[in-house]
Amino acid sequence: MASAFEYAPAPESRSVVDIAPSYGLFIDGEFTEAADGKVFKTVSPSSEEVLSEVAQAGAADVDRAVKAARKAFEKWSALPGSERAKYLFRIARIIQERSRELAVLETLDNGKPIKETRDADLPLVAAHFFYYAGWADKLDHAGYGANPRPLGVAGQVIPWNFPLLMLAWKIAPALATGNTVVLKPAETTPLSALFFADICRQAGLPKGVVNILTGYGDAGEALVTHPDVNKVAFTGSTAVGKAIARSVAGTDKKVTLELGGKGANIVFDDAPIDQAVEGIVTGIFFNQGQVCCAGSRLLVQESVQDEVLDALKRRLSTLRLGDPLDKNTDIGAINSAEQLARITSLVETGEAEGAERWSAPCELPSSGYWFAPTLFTNVTQAHTVARDEIFGPVLSVLSFRTPDEAVAKANNSQYGLSAGIWTEKGSRILAVADKLRAGVVWANTFNKFDPTSPFGGYKESGFGREGGRHGLEAYLDV
Amino acid sequence: MSDQNRLGVFKTYKLYVGGKFPRSESGRVYEVTDSKGQWLANAPQSSRKDARDAVVAARKAFGGWSGATAYNRGQVLYRVAEMLEGRKEQFVREVAASEGLSKSKAAAAVDAAIDRWVWYAGWTDKIGQIAGGANPVAGPYLNLSTPEPTGVVAVLAPQKSSFLGLVSVIAPVIATGNTAVVVASADAPLPALSLGEVLATSDVPGGVVNILSGATAEIAAPLAAHQDVNAIDLTGADAALAKELEIAAADNLKRVLRPPVTRRRPSNEAQSATASSPVDADGASDSEDWSASPGTHRLTAFLETKTVWHPTGALGAAGSSY
Repeated sequence: MASAFEYAPAPESRSVVDIAPSYGLFIDGEFTEAADGKVFKTVSPSSEEVLSEVAQAGAADVDRAVKAARKAFEKWSALPGSERAKYLFRIARIIQERSRELAVLETLDNGKPIKETRDADLPLVAAHFFYYAGWADKLDHAGYGANPRPLGVAGQVIPWNFPLLMLAWKIAPALATGNTVVLKPAETTPLSALFFADICRQAGLPKGVVNILTGYGDAGEALVTHPDVNKVAFTGSTAVGKAIARSVAGTDKKVTLELGGKGANIVFDDAPIDQAVEGIVTGIFFNQGQVCCAGSRLLVQESVQDEVLDALKRRLSTLRLGDPLDKNTDIGAINSAEQLARITSLVETGEAEGAERWSAPCELPSSGYWFAPTLFTNVTQAHTVARDEIFGPVLSVLSFRTPDEAVAKANNSQYGLSAGIWTEKGSRILAVADKLRAGVVWANTFNKFDPTSPFGGYKESGFGREGGRHGLEAYLDV
Repeated sequence: MSDQNRLGVFKTYKLYVGGKFPRSESGRVYEVTDSKGQWLANAPQSSRKDARDAVVAARKAFGGWSGATAYNRGQVLYRVAEMLEGRKEQFVREVAASEGLSKSKAAAAVDAAIDRWVWYAGWTDKIGQIAGGANPVAGPYLNLSTPEPTGVVAVLAPQKSSFLGLVSVIAPVIATGNTAVVVASADAPLPALSLGEVLATSDVPGGVVNILSGATAEIAAPLAAHQDVNAIDLTGADAALAKELEIAAADNLKRVLRPPVTRRRPSNEAQSATASSPVDADGASDSEDWSASPGTHRLTAFLETKTVWHPTGALGAAGSSY
């Protein structure tokens, strides 16, 4: 597409981050090798360059980490809340100090644009620790009775789409309430959690309060099924979430699950179209669509469908896909070859089932994992691309005529995590928001997050809430 | 007035599904006896099909009941208490026979059950303010969290406390707008089946509460596995059955309230649990003291939190100091 001004490259410097050639597991305040000596490589998804080699935790390491967390629990939970608070405030401040370094690291390991890690991930990470720090000595006032007690050792398994932010969502409330944690980051994005271990060291956090185990799904399974874990927190796929729900049956483990979604973004005919188009783009192309609460189904009122689609395609044609470290990049790399294969396969299914595919005309880099922003029209509710979570930059477009039809279609999903509403009519926003079976509803905005705002799903999107006062309950014996 | 020679009229105990009183579609009944083994009645022995019919009725009722105003639901729950007050004698008789209690202990349990309806009637329009609210996000947005009912809830009523326990698990589920499929105590189902008659005359819309009698495991298994049930209260299940049902419930990620035998006891309620009361011995055998103040955990167990964002815009940078 011809443009009056071309963009010059504007890469963020890599020199701000120093990645070691290898990392161990962080157990009881020390970096240590896996018991069986296994390691695995983590690569930059935008270049396939090996960034580092990290220890691969096994069941023996999980056991060691849980023991360390158990040992640390006695003193940590007995600390006055005001002292726990100060540790968390320290962590929040160190994250702010080191945020550029962590943003670059996250972009390297995850593949998402520096614009996002710098302006969304890292500010939210620091804010989350700052928010829950303040709760640590105010739990009597949280509405869960006097002197609510922590659960014990929390086993936490997080995904690769927001590695450090998901860590913050898990660790901050757990520590504020007096629990100790063993956390397993995703195998494709282990590095920011290991840097976080260093931040815990700088903050002087007592040994064993936070333990980080890098590894694969088997380590995650060993962690959530460990008999001495009192709390399981998982963010990831619905299939794994169901397996976890089965595995804790008959135990007294408390569980929160943050799972998949197929969010409906509903555009009414009286919506400000330009704003709605920006919201649609934010909804499904933020973080390459690798977002559980993505607005992956566009429900557009029939009378404005052509207008919205024309504007949307025009806008998508201007998105800049490429080097995630470039400050002008809008669309980064897909996180892994495996995820790219999944997206590709679901898009092929969409085409095979008769939906009409349109992809933004953009050149894909020759190395790394990339997928052009894509949308499907002629989609029916029965189509796979309208039902299954794709977890990629792929939007399915459906239309509707009446608000009732929009609500019925939006709720026609096994999931219930997020939804969007675009209209200038206030009463319609409230009426539709009331009827949507989704945990987060964004009206005339999308993909906004805040530590004070509870987040979590209805139906098969999981249960429990993270964030806000609500997020404390998951880590308290109430 | 009473005629010693008059032959009494027995009641045919029936299920309560969708506001109607059907027999089990299976045509089966089982003998219900008092604590000494004397025959009391034949109760319907519900089948898998009855359970599914009840789910359909509960789903159909959910839109209207969850959409009713909280004030309206509160009045309906209070109406249940009013109706029970007038039929107290009947329930005292049934509870005494079912649980082997003296008349005075049974009366205390029935009184407590009536008061429980009153307690939850008052919660319907307050839980939203306790469990929800505005969140001070760091940006120009209005952000509100509101609790909403989870949907269709399968409720396994306690096995021992046939009426106070039963009411204690039903009322909090429907107070917030959920609809319920209730599996009555297997050995003592009569107070539950009679409660259906009270609900039907208390302005509770048909399908909001559905009551099934029979073998707990037989009815609970299809409910736990049902894809259109959103949550399950396992109070009436023993540890082995509870585990089995929790595994089945994971298939569509039902919200599970575990039975007291496996559930951790909230520390702030632990002390009051030992307080003596007329139904102590009975409550203890359910490992839950139904006479204790119920708190809010049975309300919040079947609520979802919805958070809605909207931009606030800005009127100008300076603002007003007044």
